[in-house]
Amino acid sequence: MKKLFSLLLLMFTPYAFFAQEQPQMADAMRQDGKIYVVVTVLTIVFVCLATYLVIIDRKLKKLEDKK
Amino acid sequence: MSSWWWKIAGILLVVYSIVMGFLGEVPRLDILNETIRNLYFHVPLWFAMLVQMGISWIFGLMYLTKYNPKYDIVSSRAAYVGGMFALPGIITGSVWATYTWGKPWVAEDPKLQGVMASMIVYCVYYLLRALIPDAQKKARISAVYNIFAFVMTFVFIMIYPRLAPNSLHPGNGGNPAFGKYDMDNNMRLVFYPACLGWIVMSCWLLNVMSRIKKLEYKKEFHEEII
Repeated sequence: MKKLFSLLLLMFTPYAFFAQEQPQMADAMRQDGKIYVVVTVLTIVFVCLATYLVIIDRKLKKLEDKK
Repeated sequence: MSSWWWKIAGILLVVYSIVMGFLGEVPRLDILNETIRNLYFHVPLWFAMLVQMGISWIFGLMYLTKYNPKYDIVSSRAAYVGGMFALPGIITGSVWATYTWGKPWVAEDPKLQGVMASMIVYCVYYLLRALIPDAQKKARISAVYNIFAFVMTFVFIMIYPRLAPNSLHPGNGGNPAFGKYDMDNNMRLVFYPACLGWIVMSCWLLNVMSRIKKLEYKKEFHEEII
């Protein structure tokens, strides 16, 4: 039984090492959900700027309509 | 409100690219790691810039056939908006390059050489416009110069880097393109909407800038542009 176990351990050891050699990614950030904070902040920043552009566009329309 | 739908669509496309750009799946690659997500934000700036310079070129040609000042207004504003997109394009590229290629400006890279050359070409265009006081002369000379400027830019940015023997940019100089190895279908679902979204945003800026300039023109010359 012990022999069989060590054989299995030997067989799967390479896979464990290969798994570690994968390129590092920000997996932790995804797991604990902090990435949503980043996405929310960036979306708010962009939407605010875009809304400002809408306001400028509407003000311009008023100027154009004024004779 | 009939002209609003494409502006709102532009905002939604960019918001989609921000959300999916961070939450979507990307291939695990050495050196690039998570920075591959920059593709959704850095590359669309250049596409938007090229579209604006193309619009500037077409309206420059239209000005030379009709001599209507409204074409000159759109042509020059498109060149300015294009420049405003090239600037963050170059800065974001430098930041990205610092952490993947090791330094902010790799002078041997043909794409960077091409970008540098076309930036100089457009700086001369801006200088021309700033230095000629007479409005008509300014419009004619800059429209003629624009014909060469856009063709040069297209050759420098789109053709020369592909012919050059070596480039760090994907898809140039014998390097495998993003489309071949690095970019999978998951990324394409974000990348194409991002490009479209930023192009629409640049067209919106062009729209606003041209309308402002038209109002200024009306105030200066006391005549309506038709």
